[in-house]
Amino acid sequence: MTARDAEKASRATVRPTAVRLGLMALPLAFFGVFFAFPVASIVSRGLKSDGQWQFGRIGEVLADPETGHVLWFTTWQAAASTALTLALALPGAYVFARFDFPGKQLLRAVVTVPFVLPTVVVGSAFLALLGHGGLLDEWWGIRLDTTVWAILVAHVFFNYAVVVRTVGGLWAQLDPRQEEAARVLGAGRLAAWRRVTLPALAPAVAAAALMVFLFTFTSFGVVQILGGPRYATLEVEIYQQTAQLLDLPTAAVLTLLQFLAVALLLAVHARTVRRREATLRLVSAARTARRPQGAGQWALLAAVLGTVVLLVLVPLAVLVLRSFDGPDGYGLAFYRALASAGDNGGTFVVAPLEAIGNSAAYGLAATALAVVVGGLAAAALTRREGRLVRGFDALLMLPLGTSAVTVGFGFLISLDEPPLDLRTSWILVPLAQALVGVPFVVRTMLPVLRAVDHRLREAAAVLGASPLRAWREVDLPLVGRALAVAAGFAFAVSLGEFGATVFIARPDSPTLPVAVARLLGRPGELNYGQAMALSTILMLVCAAALLVLERLRTDRTGEF
Amino acid sequence: MSMLRLDGVTVRFGERAVLDAVDLDVAEHETVCVLGPSGSGKSTLLRVVAGLQRPDAGRVFLAGEDQGGVPVHKRGVGLMFQDHQLFPQRDVAGNVGFGLRMRRAGRAETERRVAALLDLVGLPNAQRRAVAALSGGEQQRVALARALAPEPRLLMLDEPLGQLDRGLRERLVAELRELFRRLGTTVLAVTHDQGEAFALADRVVVMRDGRIAQSGTPLEVWQRPASEFVARFLGFDNIVEATVSGERADTVWGRVPVPAGTPGGVCRVLVRPAGVRLGAVGEGVPCGVVSRTFRGDHVAVRLRPDAGPELEAVCRLGEAPEPAARVGVRFDAAEVVVLR
Repeated sequence: MTARDAEKASRATVRPTAVRLGLMALPLAFFGVFFAFPVASIVSRGLKSDGQWQFGRIGEVLADPETGHVLWFTTWQAAASTALTLALALPGAYVFARFDFPGKQLLRAVVTVPFVLPTVVVGSAFLALLGHGGLLDEWWGIRLDTTVWAILVAHVFFNYAVVVRTVGGLWAQLDPRQEEAARVLGAGRLAAWRRVTLPALAPAVAAAALMVFLFTFTSFGVVQILGGPRYATLEVEIYQQTAQLLDLPTAAVLTLLQFLAVALLLAVHARTVRRREATLRLVSAARTARRPQGAGQWALLAAVLGTVVLLVLVPLAVLVLRSFDGPDGYGLAFYRALASAGDNGGTFVVAPLEAIGNSAAYGLAATALAVVVGGLAAAALTRREGRLVRGFDALLMLPLGTSAVTVGFGFLISLDEPPLDLRTSWILVPLAQALVGVPFVVRTMLPVLRAVDHRLREAAAVLGASPLRAWREVDLPLVGRALAVAAGFAFAVSLGEFGATVFIARPDSPTLPVAVARLLGRPGELNYGQAMALSTILMLVCAAALLVLERLRTDRTGEF
Repeated sequence: MSMLRLDGVTVRFGERAVLDAVDLDVAEHETVCVLGPSGSGKSTLLRVVAGLQRPDAGRVFLAGEDQGGVPVHKRGVGLMFQDHQLFPQRDVAGNVGFGLRMRRAGRAETERRVAALLDLVGLPNAQRRAVAALSGGEQQRVALARALAPEPRLLMLDEPLGQLDRGLRERLVAELRELFRRLGTTVLAVTHDQGEAFALADRVVVMRDGRIAQSGTPLEVWQRPASEFVARFLGFDNIVEATVSGERADTVWGRVPVPAGTPGGVCRVLVRPAGVRLGAVGEGVPCGVVSRTFRGDHVAVRLRPDAGPELEAVCRLGEAPEPAARVGVRFDAAEVVVLR
């Protein structure tokens, strides 16, 4: 049998469609009840009055020049952020992929820290660097927090790792001999790169660009903190319309607008990812990296390391520094203040330090939910074929791009009646956080599950294992490690979730990012210092989780 | 009684029929080898029997029972995959004992059987070794032990020795044949290697484009290939168009003797290389020697007649003519096969 026939044969194999539908049932129910239902509820609440649909509102809101203004800003800042991120991170991807240098592993972990940091912390880190009384302000009197540059730079900081990981991961595994073959056939160095490497990389670059665009298009925490009154993305505008102006119809229209834009982006993304699955000749990453040679390569390495230091290390360091920079010189004053509720001028009913415990408890519950739901979804998606499966795949990605504010507020207004009266239940927060965690679990597990040779399952079946038993005996042991990585990601993501949590976390049990945002929202040096201290704690928890992940990570594990 | 019966089994991938109305019987304790080139549908045949591939038409019977609707894990057959497909996360004992565990055999029983099977395949005390650390030959033995462990009523082998080097292969063929005889296993194997098939099988089935081209004992198939396809697949290229009348056939090579009783008319004939006798120029068909190939115990000589396709002859060592020499060729009736 030829390879193509074998491929066809495996596709034509008896399909356990019923099993797959069964696996999809729980994720579908979860997304139906905790995503589609709340979002639909809040949108319909906004667009209905006296039981009548008010579609006229859509036209009115869309015609409002303010809407156009916000949409335009959201789009161009996302495009600019994406372009800037690619420009700065692609050389980094190359260096991490092809050069060997001491401390590479550690540095790879370090550049990934921002990605899993809560956007609120990223915002405060840049506020500490660029804002009023920030480092640049103190030294040179430069303030960027009222300019769009602060937002753009923060977005680059946040997404640097996305490009380095998705593009660099593939680049490291491209066989250099392909380029060498082109060179031998008479192509110059640049021509060989352009004709051989670039086409192989292009889908990965496109996928990374789309991810960055998606993240920055729906950016909330960063813009909320750094944008000031002048700059608002759709997400920030939805938050303001919902929470401050109580203008639900406008919020509903904006939500739909964002939903549409994101659905469009995801469709494009799904296409590029599918094309990316075209077979490439991949080799072990360890074989392609070598020490830089010649002045040019050393200069490139130095430039990339310099970018990493300026872009990633400095903001993180400033954040830590600020947290110790108390009224009486450097010390633990802000950390001590975190331990009591009284000193906050009524910002909190409880000591901010309790937020750590809350975050951890919520995070663990959200992780458990995300792993169960995402694990089942990934198992159902393991086989690629079928339009149904692809639709399901895209559906799982939607929460990443849907307004978290809408989801959070939707939870409040839709899950308030029996049998689902969860308003006062602690589970509400983990449920919302798990929505964001599931896509990460699926994306981490799927490549590993798909890499499991299906003939191993067939071998188990021939030896008498039922489909379920075969999954347990063959897949589960092989993906155990990926499961741990996925759980870690889900934990980090739920730890940092802000947009939805800020709505539904009860005042007496805030999470870390919510506490940070509340502290930042109050005037006074003490509040600001405490925000920095709390952010530092959050950052350390995230970084610790990430370093553990980095140890567990295998070459095959995941797209993130 | 037949252990396996295929009744008009058809599998289509799109327009192409990979298996085209295949009928096949395998008797109990029989070893059948399906032989054919790549793409002839051999592997699909095994997948259909195992239940990994649903036939578009036709039925599969195991011990007389229709297997339609019986899932893979309930068929009680063994399949040794071409590339073994050992479970990488389990050690040797974990792999060999897998099928027993699926049948809820007790721990002590499983350990005893695993040890016995490892002895059988010549890997005693390998229980705790990691499968990744095994050589190709050792992996093959573990895969065989794993397939044999649950005592399947039918054992299927997909290119069982394909990846092994020649010495190991020849030794294993002999070992396997002896083993299957001793255990009384019913075996259905597929291979593209005729040597392997002839050495292993009680009966050989040659496949072409999803159909059975010939079926018979190794000796029958070797001596009387049923068609030009089978003959060429077995490596015989001395084939030419012929017009038979009586005990002779007229060809571009001249007159070729054919066995008595051959029906007259136009057909194709095969002269096995052993039946191409070389003599002095002027005796028989004049040919030029194109090349000589040393084959260990004999020399293969390629000859170019004045007309018609080239001929291959077999000579004893030291008797082969020099290249470019001229020789005369006669044909031996005993080595001539009329193809239909």
